[in-house]
Amino acid sequence: MVTSKSRGHVVIDTEECKGCELCVEACPSSVLYSSDEFNTHGYHPAAYKGEGCTGCGICFYTCPEPGAMTVYKRWDLMTDTAECPRCGGEYKVFHTDEKPEVLVCTNCLKPIQEKVIPIR
Amino acid sequence: MNTILKKSDSFYDVYERRPGADKLTTTYCPGCGHGVLHKLIAEALDDFGVREKTIFISPVGCSVFAYYYFHTGNVQVAHGRAPAVATGIKRAHPHSVVISYQGDGDLAAIGTAEIMHAANRGEGITVFFVNNAIYGMTGGQMAPTTLIGQKTMTSPRGRTVNNEGFPICMSEIIATLKAPVFVERVMIGDTKSTMHARQTVRKALKLQIEKNAFTFIEVLAACPSNMKMTPSRSRQWVKEVLADYFPLGVKKDVSGEFERKDLSRMVVKNSELHDALNIETAKVDSEKIAPYREKIINEEIKIAGFGGQGVLSLGTVLSEMSMRHNYEVSWLPSYGPEMRGGTANCSVKISKKKIGSPLVANPTILIAMNRPSLDKFEHDVISGGLIIYDDSLIDRKPTRDDVDVIAIPATKIADELGNTKAANMIIVGALIEYKNLMSQEVVLESLGDVLKRKNLVELNQKAILRGAEFIKNLKK
Repeated sequence: MVTSKSRGHVVIDTEECKGCELCVEACPSSVLYSSDEFNTHGYHPAAYKGEGCTGCGICFYTCPEPGAMTVYKRWDLMTDTAECPRCGGEYKVFHTDEKPEVLVCTNCLKPIQEKVIPIR
Repeated sequence: MNTILKKSDSFYDVYERRPGADKLTTTYCPGCGHGVLHKLIAEALDDFGVREKTIFISPVGCSVFAYYYFHTGNVQVAHGRAPAVATGIKRAHPHSVVISYQGDGDLAAIGTAEIMHAANRGEGITVFFVNNAIYGMTGGQMAPTTLIGQKTMTSPRGRTVNNEGFPICMSEIIATLKAPVFVERVMIGDTKSTMHARQTVRKALKLQIEKNAFTFIEVLAACPSNMKMTPSRSRQWVKEVLADYFPLGVKKDVSGEFERKDLSRMVVKNSELHDALNIETAKVDSEKIAPYREKIINEEIKIAGFGGQGVLSLGTVLSEMSMRHNYEVSWLPSYGPEMRGGTANCSVKISKKKIGSPLVANPTILIAMNRPSLDKFEHDVISGGLIIYDDSLIDRKPTRDDVDVIAIPATKIADELGNTKAANMIIVGALIEYKNLMSQEVVLESLGDVLKRKNLVELNQKAILRGAEFIKNLKK
């Protein structure tokens, strides 16, 4: 479970990240770093230190990959948590505007439901 | 204010169109400028709620596969032609939001004419012009926007003014035209400039949505792979070097005084068209065509011969007469550059239903007026079709045994009538009689309206009767 009290929070999809490191350089709070791990494409994906994000969104607009970066503003005000079967743990959740009844996991951005539809 | 910045709904969740196993990432290199601009556009489409009515024109270049990513309407067009296609789409669908997305090789080289004229007409489209000073997809060749002294694959010693001229400043050129409403050059360099580009993208799209205005946004972007720099260093280069030659800023903005452009289509009534072309509406006795009203007809006719044999006019007479019987008709000629001689053919479709395409690949009826035509088209005829050929000029019989064949010495009969050029009308008479396509009476009556040379009407009427007579004798 993410326990950070930071104002913002950033989730990086390691498989979509191409390791260009532009976000690492652009982050004004310097809370992003280039991971030592490889993803399946052989890139070192960017990673979040886990504390200190302000939710400014600069990394989101710097990143050229449409789905690699997700930024939560007002992270500290998001209090609802739930068990995500996909991520295997308890994470903060939110309701989308389009379907208010659906709970979405902040870690994988997928709806939390009993039957998980695998990604093709 | 969005509290969550995530992948826009204007992108597909999974890029199903992308071949291969990886359907989550784009085809762009790490640090590419396209991805950021894609994001800005997609976010604006989401926020304005126009995704469902957006049509995105993918160019040729690295962004050729933009249709993999954008969950909008998509068209991918030939190199440089995006503004021309966008023009057509916007005019056909005035309610839609049309985005023409092009690179510098696409827009400033091969597509210069298209963008100039689309801009000059002030089409209600938004053009995004991504300028990275190089041909990216093909491996870093010199583009019209390559800077002086810049080394590329095709300018290994650096671009020189004497040899290749100056880099083209498209925004400044477009801004000199009267019709464009908003022209600005932005860059994806540092955070500040990217956020400014975001505002500009939104403004341009808003101007199209609200006022159907032509807007042109040039985006200076980095191509780390071809510049052989790290992503970070290449953005620095865009900021310091590229933006130095191509000054950023608004080049033209008349959005304040620009009034919404009315794109409603001009619809011309049939009667107006007839008046303009000075043609009288054909008057046909409805009793005479009554037997043909319920007839199911779907003929695809190929008529071929030498130029000058009246091949095309055979087709026009058939088409005109069919129209008088309320059939749907198409007529498509095909001929060489010679006025006389050479070969000519035309395709005629006659149907009770609306016709989608005028092309005839496999005719139900082939009319061959010379040997080469028979040789060329004989095997295209559908099984159970009909071949009519002029056996006074063609010295062989068709080899097909699964089609009906009529040999008619049309040229010889026409010669007996006094003019070999009437051979085509003999075939018209024969075809109408054989297939019972239409009323002979109506055809004979209307021939005067259809033929240009009125002194030949009588001869042609005789020819049609002789053709019909020939078939009657054949049937006996």
